[in-house]
Amino acid sequence: MSIATMGKDKAEAQAATKGRAVRKYTADISAVGEPWLWALGGALAIGIILIAGFLFMIFWNGVATFWPQPIHVVTLANGQMVAGEPTRESTYRVGPELLASLSPEARAEVEGNGGYADRVLYRTGNYDLYNEDFRWVSRFDVASVEAPSGFYLFERQEWGRFVGKIAGLTLDEDRKDISSLSYDEIRRHQAEARKRWDAIRYIEKSEIGRVNHYIEQERLKLRKAELRYGVDSPLYASAAAEAEPRIAELQREFAALADRAATLKAEDARYRIMLEEIGGRTKETNLSQIVRLYPANDVSGPQKIGIYLSRWGEFLGSEPREANTEGGVLPAIFGTVVMTLIMVVIVAPFGVITALYLREYATQGKLVAAVRIAVNNLAGVPSIVYGVFGVGFFAYTMGASIDQLFYPERLPSPTFGTGGILWAALTLALLTVPVVIVASEEALAAVPRSMREGSLACGASKWQTIRYVVLPRALPGVMTGLILAMARGAGEVAPLMLIGVVKLAPELPIDAFAPFIHLERSFMHLGFHIFDVGFQSRNSEAGKPMVFVTTLLLLFLIVAMNSSAIYIRNRLKRKFAVGQF
Amino acid sequence: MNAVLARKKDQAPQFEPTAYHIVETPEGAALDIQKFNLWYGEAQALFDIDMKIQKGAVTALIGPSGCGKSTLLRCLNRMNDLVDDLTITGKIMVGGEDIYRTGIDVIALRKRMGMVFQKPNPFAMSIYDNVVYPLRVDGVTNRKVLDETCERALKGSALWDEAKDRLKESALGLSGGQQQRLCIARAIASDPEVLLMDEPCSALDPIATAKIEELIDELKGHYTIVIVTHNMQQAARVSQNTAFMYLGRLIEYGNTETIFQNPKQKRTSDYVTGRFG
Repeated sequence: MSIATMGKDKAEAQAATKGRAVRKYTADISAVGEPWLWALGGALAIGIILIAGFLFMIFWNGVATFWPQPIHVVTLANGQMVAGEPTRESTYRVGPELLASLSPEARAEVEGNGGYADRVLYRTGNYDLYNEDFRWVSRFDVASVEAPSGFYLFERQEWGRFVGKIAGLTLDEDRKDISSLSYDEIRRHQAEARKRWDAIRYIEKSEIGRVNHYIEQERLKLRKAELRYGVDSPLYASAAAEAEPRIAELQREFAALADRAATLKAEDARYRIMLEEIGGRTKETNLSQIVRLYPANDVSGPQKIGIYLSRWGEFLGSEPREANTEGGVLPAIFGTVVMTLIMVVIVAPFGVITALYLREYATQGKLVAAVRIAVNNLAGVPSIVYGVFGVGFFAYTMGASIDQLFYPERLPSPTFGTGGILWAALTLALLTVPVVIVASEEALAAVPRSMREGSLACGASKWQTIRYVVLPRALPGVMTGLILAMARGAGEVAPLMLIGVVKLAPELPIDAFAPFIHLERSFMHLGFHIFDVGFQSRNSEAGKPMVFVTTLLLLFLIVAMNSSAIYIRNRLKRKFAVGQF
Repeated sequence: MNAVLARKKDQAPQFEPTAYHIVETPEGAALDIQKFNLWYGEAQALFDIDMKIQKGAVTALIGPSGCGKSTLLRCLNRMNDLVDDLTITGKIMVGGEDIYRTGIDVIALRKRMGMVFQKPNPFAMSIYDNVVYPLRVDGVTNRKVLDETCERALKGSALWDEAKDRLKESALGLSGGQQQRLCIARAIASDPEVLLMDEPCSALDPIATAKIEELIDELKGHYTIVIVTHNMQQAARVSQNTAFMYLGRLIEYGNTETIFQNPKQKRTSDYVTGRFG
């Protein structure tokens, strides 16, 4: 009798004695898969926590950046005073030299902490006076901390922030008594000064810019005539004679505008403000140079909300200043959206047509398989390589040829022969086209055979079948590919740095001068803006909050563009939902 | 090796030549299939089919699964062109012309042959657009012609009363039976000579099936209908002629009554009486 049957007999005997057998479920735990289930769930949970934490960090830092902080005045142990916004705290190990120089009480305190001390980072501003924007203050150095009233935070057009008091206000050469002026009145004067500044800027940028544009056009026209007919030809002479009065007229216009700007500037210079920092040093500047000011410790809740919103408004709606660490990102938003849209317009037909040919027309053989593998591998090429290709092929080869053919009068300064929004969009289109091809191919393959057969049986040609039956049905899948391409393209920075993205673009790619859309222009991009502000600016600590806000904005833009594409896709999908039976 | 081959040879079914009962073709044959062979790659699916299909009548193709009846049907409008690696010998004559002759206009041929599939396959368009699709791809844009065709085709497929008020709605909102009748309307919209039906009722419930069968009865005479069916009662009910196929061969072909009541071959009688298949 074998062991197995012995066991069986025993079990039967037991069952007989107990009356009823309770069958025990004794499968091996790894066979049941419980540990694997836990591992899978755990992996998912870790992934979700990472993503949620990342989003929360971006969101919280981004949202909190613009909230007005109080100004603390710190009196140090040696009697020196520091005023600034507390930014963050940290604990650090006190070095031996510093420790030796401390007073006995402070040394005892640090040693009691195991050699560690707390410190606070104050945003002191006043870069023009201190040569730094931030200052660490160790806790043991602090004699007292107060938040006295009367301290203002000034955001200036140049030199960044100023923390201090108003020492004097000169309005129209009339020295005012500061103590008699309320915050609201000061703000009103500042707003008026700001309006003057805007007017000056409008003349300098828009109106003089327009005149300059037309003068440049005249010059180019003349140069064109020169290139075509030669300097000595009568045709060039007549063109020059024609252009002369027009240029003269434009130059008169230019002079008038410059005059007007000078008058306004002279008026602006009569409104001055004297700022005084905590140490008593003063700085006088035009009132119009103050972008925003508020008494940080005296503002009420609603006023804080007002300041918060006005900072967001400035961020979203104006141009950057102070090497991009202050001001707005409107040109970057504009550049990102326009470039992504141009990219989609290029990549959609290109990808779909390629997929159609590969899937519907090409004979499925070794060659097509090789092409398919190549396309898939293309998606894995580092994006900087695309950038190099883009600048070498699009800008320096294609662009230079276009310049030779169509814009010879502008040479040697390149038009299309350098990085620009069109070349950047083309480069990104190249980068994302594999995604679109793969997704479109899959969408086309998923169209039921019965649909094609139904159409063919009706006497439709292959092209008609694709056009009326297959493509509409595959469109949601194609859209998915486009959404993925868009998300990838909008977030890509590395290739753009080589092919058209600049730190500060002088002009937007779309403006009021014919032909209105200037695809050859360089542009700003939020992704590059983040890199630039965070790592390339003179003061990366000052840029840090802007990095978070800009990241938040970039994420928001990508989400917004993707959601609209997903909305369109779902509407298309609903059309094909079968309500059968 | 030899033993295996020998056994295979032993087991290979022996076929007698096709038994033909006289099929009356007073108006001539709509389709004339001559010595037709077909291979999918190396595998032969049809063997020497010889068959004349009577004009204006309903011809049913019956036989167990995999016997080649659908393959044969799909050859009649060259739907099998979609299959890769297909080899064909023999002829299928339509109106005195071999449809497998090189240089024939396949699209024109398909316009003369409406086809209805096993599963209803309306396009994701409105009912109206579905019905007039064959005309649209033909380049017809005249609204009046399209409207008239739509009404005629929908009346022809007995769907007009149910669909006339919702022509602009999506065809996917119709029930399965309605969808299949819509597909029939689409197939007859271009007024073809022949209507090919590939198990048109297999995805439908009995009521919808009865309607389609009624419809087939009404359409016969006007169209030559070839119908593939698994359902022998259906073949008996709707067809005038029946062809019984088995393993790619045409076993017996004749009047439906004869095939069902007085078949010459044992295989046919076994199948129609339900002893195998």
